[in-house]
Amino acid sequence: MNATTSPTLTPIVKLLMRNHIWVFLALTIVVFSSASPYFLTVNNLGNVLTQAAFIGILAIGMTMVMIDGEIDLSVGAILALASALAIGLQDHIGIWPAVFAGFLSGAALGFLNGTLVALSGMHSFIVTLGGLIGIRGLVFIYTGEDALMVSDFSYTDYPEIYLGPVSLTAMIFFGLALFFQWVLSSTRHGRETYAVGDNIEAAHDAGINIKRHKIINFTLCGALAAVAGILLSMRLGTAEPNAGKVWELWTIIAVVLGGTRLKGGYGSLWMTIGGVLTLAVLRNGLRLLNTPNYVELMVMGSVLILALFIDKLLSRREA
Amino acid sequence: MTMTDDPILTLSGITKTFPGVVALDKVSFDVRRGEVHALVGENGAGKSTLMKVLAGLYHPDAGEIVYRGVPVRIDNPLAAREKGILLIHQELSLSPELSVAENIYLGAWPTNALGVLNKRKLRRDAQAALSALGCTFGPDDRVGALSVALQQMVEIARSQAFSANVVIFDEPTASLTDTEKDQLFTTIRALQEQGVAIVYISHKMDEIFELTDRITVLRDGVVQGTVTTAETDATGVTRMMIGRTLEAYFHKADSTFGDEVLRVEGLSLAGQFEDVNFSVRQGEVLGFYGLVGAGRSQVVETIFGIRKADRGTLHWKGEDIALPTPRQAIDLGMALVPESRKEQGLVLMMGGQDNTTLPHLKSYARATVMDRGRERATYEKYRDALSIKTTGPDQEVSKLSGGNQQKFVLAKWLCAGPRLIILDEPTRGIDVGSKSAIHQLIARLAEEGLAVIVISSEMPEVLGVSHRVLAMAEGRLVGEFEGAAMTEENLIDAVSHHLAAPAEEQNRPGLPARA
Repeated sequence: MNATTSPTLTPIVKLLMRNHIWVFLALTIVVFSSASPYFLTVNNLGNVLTQAAFIGILAIGMTMVMIDGEIDLSVGAILALASALAIGLQDHIGIWPAVFAGFLSGAALGFLNGTLVALSGMHSFIVTLGGLIGIRGLVFIYTGEDALMVSDFSYTDYPEIYLGPVSLTAMIFFGLALFFQWVLSSTRHGRETYAVGDNIEAAHDAGINIKRHKIINFTLCGALAAVAGILLSMRLGTAEPNAGKVWELWTIIAVVLGGTRLKGGYGSLWMTIGGVLTLAVLRNGLRLLNTPNYVELMVMGSVLILALFIDKLLSRREA
Repeated sequence: MTMTDDPILTLSGITKTFPGVVALDKVSFDVRRGEVHALVGENGAGKSTLMKVLAGLYHPDAGEIVYRGVPVRIDNPLAAREKGILLIHQELSLSPELSVAENIYLGAWPTNALGVLNKRKLRRDAQAALSALGCTFGPDDRVGALSVALQQMVEIARSQAFSANVVIFDEPTASLTDTEKDQLFTTIRALQEQGVAIVYISHKMDEIFELTDRITVLRDGVVQGTVTTAETDATGVTRMMIGRTLEAYFHKADSTFGDEVLRVEGLSLAGQFEDVNFSVRQGEVLGFYGLVGAGRSQVVETIFGIRKADRGTLHWKGEDIALPTPRQAIDLGMALVPESRKEQGLVLMMGGQDNTTLPHLKSYARATVMDRGRERATYEKYRDALSIKTTGPDQEVSKLSGGNQQKFVLAKWLCAGPRLIILDEPTRGIDVGSKSAIHQLIARLAEEGLAVIVISSEMPEVLGVSHRVLAMAEGRLVGEFEGAAMTEENLIDAVSHHLAAPAEEQNRPGLPARA
């Protein structure tokens, strides 16, 4: 590591380079606005925010786990289980107890993930890959392989609160993102997250309880996945056993697209919001242009690699 | 100098064993307020183990640590820090993405009861710690954007933040420039003025004599003595570091020297070594002696093309050649057996057979399909020739002893049929029996007409196996000894005189051999 960064880079350029995802987002918005007359409308943008919120809430937990240098592949399955419990238990114990049970299931599974990772020393990729498969199996057993339907349709009215074009779901996403960004930047737990991911030995030598710390972040990640699942069940009124399949991958893509480092120690929720919105805008824009589904996947795959390639170039220059 | 006589930290009878090794054997030493106390010794002498005991990373098997007059247990690094014992690692213990202030107080940030940071207090306290040391960078700077020297300052600033009484520096100048080194020394003297006790681990004699009040020498986990710096000199300390070890039986090759195989002229690499000249003949064992950091490994790595030389020419079997790449060096007939066989020499998860043929896969393949039969034959030939103990060709080499691993490294290079083989610390970390087998092998290779270069920090070894010995210190050849002149006294003199000599004297060419 050499002295200071090169003097040719002004602070503004450096700021843009560290937050390149927002530049990229602005670019995609410009492109789609000129390509489709339906894109830059209040209604459509409101929709984009709502669609972004589910992956977004998953991405909040994922960001914290990834800054720790870990990964959680089980968030999609946890989302499905929480949504199934929130709907399936309603007829037996009432709406809010069922919602709470769904939330608890996510927090408990996150706690289990974290405990296994912290105490066994296994890599979180393996532990949560097991979680992804096992929890999905549990969802199929619980739902009897069929979608569960709500019987009391007032349940689906809860998220129908709008502030202008912004849905409650989107507001919850932004609220949680703001809150956890504050946690990351202004609390002991947040500083520990960076310290653990950046230099785990230094963190250990400084007396940070790494095991407890990681368990907390995995628990938060599971709990947030459950929140996303509950909001999804409210929006759809049904709980599909296949809900949230491969969403863990979209979540990881959004976080990495934002610029959070896969190996830990660096990242923020500002970046993650940028990544989540970019992903949602791309999806929405390509659909408005009537892009066939498989072409959409190809474009998004290419964009991911391109964005990370740019990130690599920029960080090389910065270093 | 504000050194006092009362020890703030006293270690007595500290013993630490690892499976098969006594790393520290009844080590006793003390450090006083306002004192800079050097801890010196060759690699493996036990310096870093002792340091880790002080920092709470290792727990001693026996012995007592008395701190401020009270016997204490140092359970972990946090406990050490809370007691006021601070270790400045060689590998800095910092989070590059966090700010300077956050790093100074790493894990001990001021917060309220809910865990919310008190950023203002954090900044103010960090600024105070930085100002006390005269640092010019601010508490909000990102640590990753600072130079290594300034990052080190961030660690030293912890001494102010946690009111440290004892600060341990582990090879702090390893990656600093001269100016940065001077700044570091100024800071260390400032700490000394504050009454902080300083343990300074280094093998650089000039630094030790410039900075320290007393010197404790470790060798093979045993304290050789503690001396007052003003009352000794580099030669005395070097003697204590190296000492005399039991004379083992060495078999010197009984070979006739043939033509010159390699001649090196004026080889230089900035910051590593200067103007190196030597040659080696068929059937000759040439020894390279020097302390750690003398530049011996760098020289042979440059000859082999792992490093790019700034200047110099090579003559291979009488012909001028361009400085080779490693591939070209192998094709010419050179082999380099590196010092760290685990990192550079062997694929630990593979069997002995696959390791043996690894650099020569092409010659064992027919249209890319490996000829397992010929591979097996080669493996068996060297297994028998070197008497390697293994359960079979597929036993993972990670399961073998250090000596047997080293033999596979040799087998790997020998089966290419080299004309020159360079062995860098060939017997480090292996048992006595395997050592003697390696020594016999060196003799046999020379007798078969190979040119052999042996680098070793073990004086009896280098004197025992070589026909001729070159002494190196601080990147220069400082002596060449042959026949009756090959004595421990002469080698110690050559190496330590150079270390103690003032700068202008260091520029003269190597000391003449003394008969």
